[in-house]
Amino acid sequence: MAASQGVLAPPVADGAGTGHSHFGRLLLAEWTKLRSVRSTYWSLIALIIVFPFFCWLFPYLTVANWKQATPTQQANLMLDPIGQVMAPGQYIGQLSIAVLGVMVSASEYSTGMIRSTLLASPHRVRMLAAKSVVFFLLVLVIGEVVSFVGFFIGRQTLKGLLTVNLNSGDIRQVAGGGLYLAMLGLFALVLGSLIRHVAGAITGIVALLLVVSGLISLIPGKAGKYLYTYEPTNAGFAIIAKHVPDNFLLSPWEGYGVFAAWTAALWILAAWLLVRRDA
Amino acid sequence: MIQATALTKRYGPRLAVDHADFTVAPGKVTGFLGPNGAGKSTTMRMILGLDRPTSGAVTINGVPYQHLAAPLREVGALLDAKAVHGGRTAYNHLLVLAKANGLPRARVDAVIDLVGLHSVAKKRSGGFSLGMGQRLGIAAALLGDPGILMFDEPVNGLDPEGILWIRNLMKALAAEGRTVFVSSHLMSEMALTADHLVVIGLGKILADEPMADFIAKNSVSYVRVRSPRLAELAPKLESRGWRVELQPDASAHVYDAEPAQIGDVAGAEGLWIHELTLVQSSLEEAFMRLTANSVEYHAGRTDAQRALESAEAAGWGTPQVSQNSQVKEHIQ
Repeated sequence: MAASQGVLAPPVADGAGTGHSHFGRLLLAEWTKLRSVRSTYWSLIALIIVFPFFCWLFPYLTVANWKQATPTQQANLMLDPIGQVMAPGQYIGQLSIAVLGVMVSASEYSTGMIRSTLLASPHRVRMLAAKSVVFFLLVLVIGEVVSFVGFFIGRQTLKGLLTVNLNSGDIRQVAGGGLYLAMLGLFALVLGSLIRHVAGAITGIVALLLVVSGLISLIPGKAGKYLYTYEPTNAGFAIIAKHVPDNFLLSPWEGYGVFAAWTAALWILAAWLLVRRDA
Repeated sequence: MIQATALTKRYGPRLAVDHADFTVAPGKVTGFLGPNGAGKSTTMRMILGLDRPTSGAVTINGVPYQHLAAPLREVGALLDAKAVHGGRTAYNHLLVLAKANGLPRARVDAVIDLVGLHSVAKKRSGGFSLGMGQRLGIAAALLGDPGILMFDEPVNGLDPEGILWIRNLMKALAAEGRTVFVSSHLMSEMALTADHLVVIGLGKILADEPMADFIAKNSVSYVRVRSPRLAELAPKLESRGWRVELQPDASAHVYDAEPAQIGDVAGAEGLWIHELTLVQSSLEEAFMRLTANSVEYHAGRTDAQRALESAEAAGWGTPQVSQNSQVKEHIQ
């Protein structure tokens, strides 16, 4: 009903579709949410500063200490210079995206905002989808920018030592930086939605990224290789490598596919639980 | 129009809401009254689709909340718990909700002005006082110009001016033909705002009737009479058809009569009087009597006593003002 004058003037114009919570409108709402809290800016500024900085720092130290480098270290750089440039930035930059991804979803629960959100968009799966799309695209765009900026800075730093060419076959390694960050952001968002607790979900994702992913490489044998390869963040990280390590069973793109499959599976679980659980 | 049918919510072994049936009609303020923990908030959250009923159903204009196409255009709600991200400004909080439902930006400005948050609209809501937070919640509720408004404990944290404002706002909204459903644990607050009353205790609906009926049934009054010649006076009063109860403290409670009428009778008979007081039991007390059995399980009572009390509570047609010291008397 459209009670008009009096208390609520000016009234809302009643056109077709007025007030409907379309997917497009939810995208706008989620975008407005993202750009109206400071954690988004802090996390992205941290990424924008830290990622290229590490892409400069490690090549710089490599060049400065080239004579002291072991033959293995030297061989690694010659074998996969792009991977060597990207990895430090990626490794440190992923933390800010993981934290931001968790905050985007879990902070709705810690603040109570989820209730307002669901009153405005009672179709919960649609809301989660809109949130996922907006955040994935935002991180993808910024992730690609920092990846390419980081690559060019690193390449420039290595110039005295070797010339790094960006052949069409190598673009995957650089563009993969943004792809990895975007998928990681979505993975963290889903984790935050499942755990509904900021500190808990951040602990979980950071443990996965920094502890579990490395620890399982110590497991010997075939089982160790499988666990190492199919651990979601290891699988995704392979996208920036020219050659996957010996204990990695898949190609870089297949690895990214595994990461995406993990994310999709958890997304479906999160959507199912979102509908079932009380907000 | 809000309609609940056998609405039930179970948390583990505890029934928070137990087969609640009620209807909230447009054009009036319906008070939802119950002690703390009676199930008010849970019921409201189920109406709004935030909690899933264990069984039963509740609809808004015939549709469950989850299926409303334009939710904020149909229902606006102020929830008791904070439902805002404290890092977001008041303006942006409202803008997010407006965007989600395609409402014009002008609505955001309009509701901010309406609730008087203009000067702090661009400040982060985390620093808001309780009262300012309530106003922001009310602004969000009014954003979509909805036909149904729900307020969970709206006067909490408001100063007297704010309380008066929200009372008048609710009445004005109802006068425009909207459905206004407001919860409270204070009978005195409801008596001032509500036209209709739904009383809940331990998850059960105890009463669902017009406020006027509730008052008529529950505001028992009598006249306390003290006289050294009460023994002579009492029969004279009874002969007028008034009920007289002699009290152990040598006074009498006279029902169905005005103090002036009693004075006139005494004067005509030449019997002098030491006290003539109109005593009225408050609505708060009637509410407490109604919910007393559902608030807690009293220890040390026999089943027969309990049955008697619940029968009394269920009927509560002629509540008695006991001499119990717990009874508060409003002396006029």
